[in-house]
Amino acid sequence: MYTFSNRLKIGSIILMAVGLLGIVGGFIMAPGTVEEAKAIVASHDDGHGGGHAEEASHDTGMDHGAAAEHGGDHDASHDEHLLSQLKNRPWAALYVAAFFFMMIALGVLAFYAIQRAAQAGWSPLLFRVMEGITSYLVPGGIIVFVILVLSVLHMNHLFIWMDPEVVAHDELLQGKSGYLNPTFFLIRAAIFLGGWIAYREYSRKLSLKQDESTDNSSFKLNFRISAAFLVFYLISESIMSWDWIMSVEPHWFSTLFGWYIFASMFVSGITVIAMVTIYLKSKGLLPDVNDSHIHDLAKFMFGISIFWTYLWFSQFMLIWYSNIPEEVTYYVTRIQDYKLPFFGMVAMNFLFPVLLLMNSDYKRINWFVVLTGIVILAGHYMDIFNAIMPSTVGDQWFIGIPEIGAILFFAGLFIFWVFRALTTVPLQPKRNPFIEESRHFHY
Amino acid sequence: MASKVIQAFYNDDDVLMHAVKKVKAAKHHIEEVYCPFPVHGLDKAMGLAPTRIAITSFLYGCLGLTVAIVMMNFIMIKDWPQDIGGKPSFSYIQNMPAFVPIMFELTVFFAAHLMVITFYLRSRLWPFKKAENPDVRTTDDHFVMEIEIHGNEDELKDLLVGTGAVEINISEKNSH
Repeated sequence: MYTFSNRLKIGSIILMAVGLLGIVGGFIMAPGTVEEAKAIVASHDDGHGGGHAEEASHDTGMDHGAAAEHGGDHDASHDEHLLSQLKNRPWAALYVAAFFFMMIALGVLAFYAIQRAAQAGWSPLLFRVMEGITSYLVPGGIIVFVILVLSVLHMNHLFIWMDPEVVAHDELLQGKSGYLNPTFFLIRAAIFLGGWIAYREYSRKLSLKQDESTDNSSFKLNFRISAAFLVFYLISESIMSWDWIMSVEPHWFSTLFGWYIFASMFVSGITVIAMVTIYLKSKGLLPDVNDSHIHDLAKFMFGISIFWTYLWFSQFMLIWYSNIPEEVTYYVTRIQDYKLPFFGMVAMNFLFPVLLLMNSDYKRINWFVVLTGIVILAGHYMDIFNAIMPSTVGDQWFIGIPEIGAILFFAGLFIFWVFRALTTVPLQPKRNPFIEESRHFHY
Repeated sequence: MASKVIQAFYNDDDVLMHAVKKVKAAKHHIEEVYCPFPVHGLDKAMGLAPTRIAITSFLYGCLGLTVAIVMMNFIMIKDWPQDIGGKPSFSYIQNMPAFVPIMFELTVFFAAHLMVITFYLRSRLWPFKKAENPDVRTTDDHFVMEIEIHGNEDELKDLLVGTGAVEINISEKNSH
């Protein structure tokens, strides 16, 4: 049995407390009036490469059709626009971090379901670790859902299509309103989260029951529900990515967006499995997990990083080459205002893991895997950051107190919840039919 | 120079693996093992030096990438610039996204093909080469371990019988 070490527990609680201060600070610092917003921008102007010069391109951007309608009093609407961007910032920072950590748990759940459905022989030793990580889906999913509900209640303007005023002036949004309306949006979110959490809880229950049973019926049932879950997951994850991420820019669309977000969550999830496993192993737990298990996880990190890059580039190149105005705005805003995070993310998510994990021997060196894992996680946070921020805060982005506060808070909550879940049952499954194969696994 | 070798036949890869470990533990030098299919971990058990094919593969990949860049730069930028989809080919870096698939493909192409050719050369394989395996059964269902004899024939025979060999032959062999 694993006991939650005091140092880790206190560490996670400190992370949460500091993070909470940052989140609250972010909300307090957000401007309430146009004058305050202007003052903030004036004091930061040099830091953002002349934000005003680029405002013009923003208003032609598809996301602010309503603002452009007002042509005449352009300056006033521009200031309003600036205010709403700055007001959005603490919300967007909160949402990106909340989604990122929920996405890790969801990615692990998909990986776990694949191991179950494939009846993989190498991984059963890691099942308890995976189940511990997926336990975060419950609080993490609920927090994301609460943020979405608050958006529907107009507490923030992350999703501009939720604003009836905007829709009234926007024919494209009117055309989409049969699908993209607040009620249906929340119903979908509830169904998806409900489905994921239900599978997670049921599969965990069967997994524990298998340890105590005398036959393999729980194992077989788990296999069947995992296969069924994967079908549900692939559809719901795709729709979720349109709803929760793509719809912050409701005029823009990309047909492979679901896959792209999937790749991000999958590689982040596998990275966290590797890191938690290495941590527990360094404490002398999980004695049967050997270098080959870590090697396999690192191979997945390496492979899925390349898969992510493939999707990133496929999406980018087609839109870049065809240069259709309604599509290309997505990349124009990102390359103009987010040059460093946008291209930095590719270096972190592609070049770094490819070069560090290419050598077979390096995949077995634990600290090497952890180091690469940290860069991969930071890179995929930036991926979600780049997906949400340009449409919600525009060029007023910065990685400051609200962003770091939100990351720390959710990291603390994640660590607390995951390691608390790991303490509840022995870390090694007893009666999984493949446990012997997993124990003798060697690549 | 002709030398005498002892050939032990096995009909199972697990038995072979254990035999190889036993023979190595008894400090005998294994000349060669002939298998109908690759046996995982055999190279390590035999104490062969780790393969350097991965390093050559990386270098060939770099070569392929360089060839792709130089080639596309000449074709699309220098020699015959065209305006495709409103993107005139003025500079390589500006048009780079369009060339990435070619850069990727040529990297893979060079790495894969040159690696196979290197492997053949290093293994001394070429068309019409006479087969080196001592017994046709090594292409079907038998494994053969070959050990050079230095006046210790009986000792080796006893050792190999003990490892589960199904047949043991002594033969003259012309070393290359």
